[in-house]
Amino acid sequence: MKSISLKIAASLVAASFAFSVSANECSSGKTLADGMLTIATGNPAYYPWVIDDAPESGQGFEAAVAYAVADKLGYDKAHVTWVRTSFDGAIQPGAKNFDFNLQQFSILPERAEVVDFSVPYYTTTKAVVVTSATGKDKTPATLSGVKGLKFGAGAGLSAATFLENVVKPTASTLLYDDVANTVAALQANQVDAVIFDLPTALFVTAVQMDNGKILGQFPTDVNDSPDHFGMVFAKGNPLKSCVDTALTEMKSDGTLAAIEDKWLASGAGVPVIDMSK
Amino acid sequence: MDKTPDTARGEPRALTRRQAYEQKARRKSLLIAALSSAFAIALLVVFVPMAPGWEAVQRSFFNWNVLVKTFPKLLSAFTLDLILFFAAAPAIFFLALVIALMRNVTRPALYPLKLFAIVYIDVLRSIPVILTIYLIGFGVPGLGLLPPWNSPYIWGSVALVLAYAAYIAEVFRTGIESIHESQRSAARSLGLSETSMMRYVVLPQAIRRVVPTLVNFLVALLKDVALLSFIGPVEVLRQAGVYKSLFANFTPYVGAAIIFLVATIPAIRFADYLMAKQNAQRTR
Repeated sequence: MKSISLKIAASLVAASFAFSVSANECSSGKTLADGMLTIATGNPAYYPWVIDDAPESGQGFEAAVAYAVADKLGYDKAHVTWVRTSFDGAIQPGAKNFDFNLQQFSILPERAEVVDFSVPYYTTTKAVVVTSATGKDKTPATLSGVKGLKFGAGAGLSAATFLENVVKPTASTLLYDDVANTVAALQANQVDAVIFDLPTALFVTAVQMDNGKILGQFPTDVNDSPDHFGMVFAKGNPLKSCVDTALTEMKSDGTLAAIEDKWLASGAGVPVIDMSK
Repeated sequence: MDKTPDTARGEPRALTRRQAYEQKARRKSLLIAALSSAFAIALLVVFVPMAPGWEAVQRSFFNWNVLVKTFPKLLSAFTLDLILFFAAAPAIFFLALVIALMRNVTRPALYPLKLFAIVYIDVLRSIPVILTIYLIGFGVPGLGLLPPWNSPYIWGSVALVLAYAAYIAEVFRTGIESIHESQRSAARSLGLSETSMMRYVVLPQAIRRVVPTLVNFLVALLKDVALLSFIGPVEVLRQAGVYKSLFANFTPYVGAAIIFLVATIPAIRFADYLMAKQNAQRTR
C-alpha cells in the first residue's frame, strides 16, 4: 500500500510540474491539448473584431481580448493556437475542436441549454443603419418611426428575434447570411434599413458604404437590446470558471476597457431611438 | 416419377407444380425481405442509441421541446415556399415549352432562334441554381430599379424560372423527339401545316410521355424554392435557421425536413405510379 500511494504522489508531482510550465493552476489539464490553449473564431473573422482576418496578430477587439485572457490563464502568445468554426460548428453536438470560441455570440438563455457561456466580455446595443440615397435617413429616430421601415438583418444574429419581439415592423423582415449580403440588400434598395450591433454599424457606415448613416441605437434598457457577447464552451467545460475569473479581473483592473478603447470606435455621438414615441 | 401434383390433394383450388413452386419461392423471398428489414431496423434502433454521443445528438437534432416551440412558425413560413412554387411553376412550363420549340425549329431562316435556345440551355444548365439566384436576385435590383420592382421575391422567382426552364426545355425536347417519324409523316400526308402538326399531333403525345419526369422536376423545384432564402425571403429553411441560431439547436431543420417530406412524398409516389402505368402500356 505504501509504495502505491508513493507512486501516486510522485506522478501527481510530476504532472503538476509538467503543466506548470505554461498554465496556471486553474487551467492546467483542462485544455484540449496540454500546455496549449486552442481558441476558435469565425471564418472569416470580421473587422473590428479581428483585423484582416488574422487573429494570430492579436489585432482587433476579440483577438486582443482572447490573448489577454490567455495571458491571465498562463499561456503566452506562442502557446495559443487558433482554429476557425462557423456558428453551426460551435454548437453541433460532439467533441469540440476548441477550448473556447468567440465570434460575437450573444448570450441567450435558450442557447445556454446547449453550450456554456463565459461572463460577457462586451456589451453593446443594436443600431439601425439606413442610406441617404433613399431619403430614409430622414425617418424620425422613434419606435413608431422605425416600425414603418422594411428591415434586413443577419439571420445568425439575435437581431431577427429582436425585431420580431420588440420593434414589430409592419413590413416582413428579410434575412441574410452575413454582414456583406445585408449591406448589399440595403444598397440595392431592397430594404429600407438594416440592424447591426453598434460596432459593426459604425464600421459599415464608415468604411463599406458611401452614403450610409446610423439612424439611431436602441436604448440599453430595452428588453433584448443590450447584446452581451460571451465566449462559447462545450457544455460543462471546467475551463469556463478560469476564463470567468480572468474576465472579471480584466474588468476590474481596466484591461478590458483599455482594449475596448483601442479597437472599438466610440458610439457616443449616435442618437438613441426614443421608444416612447 | 409420374404422379399427380401433391398440391392438388384436398386443396380447394388446384395449383400446377409450377404455380406451387412459384408460390413457395415468393413466400421465401417475402420472408427473407421481412427478416432482413427487421434486422436492419433493429440495428438502427438498438445500436445507434448505444453510440456514446447519441444523447447529445438527440438533444441537438431531435429535441421535442424545441420542435413543439418552433413547428407552428415553420409551417406558416412554408406557405411562402408554396406561394413562390405556384407562382414559378406555370411560368417555368411556359418558358420551357417556348425554348424547346425554338430548339426544334428546322427552317434555316429561323436558325438564330435555335442558336439562342441552344446557348440558353447550355449556359443555364451549367450554372448552379444557387449562383443564378444570387446573381439575378442581388445583381438585377442593384441596377437601380425602384421599389417594388427590385423585390427579391420577384427576381428570385425570375432566377428560379430561368434555371428550371432550361432543364424542363430539355425534358420537352426529349418528349418531342421521342414521337416517331411516322406520326409526322402521317400528319403531313393529311395536309397539316408544320404548326398544326406540332400542336395537334406531336405535342399532345410528347407532353403526356414526359409527365412523370415533369412531376420529378416539380418535386425538385419545391425544394429549390428554399434557395431563395439566400437573397432575403424568410421561408421555411431560413426560419429554421433563425431558430437554430436562437436555440443553438438543429431540431428546427429536422422540423423543416418533415414538412418537405410530407409535402413531396405524395408527388413522388404519384410520379412512380405514372411511370409504372406507362411502362405497363409500353410492354403490353
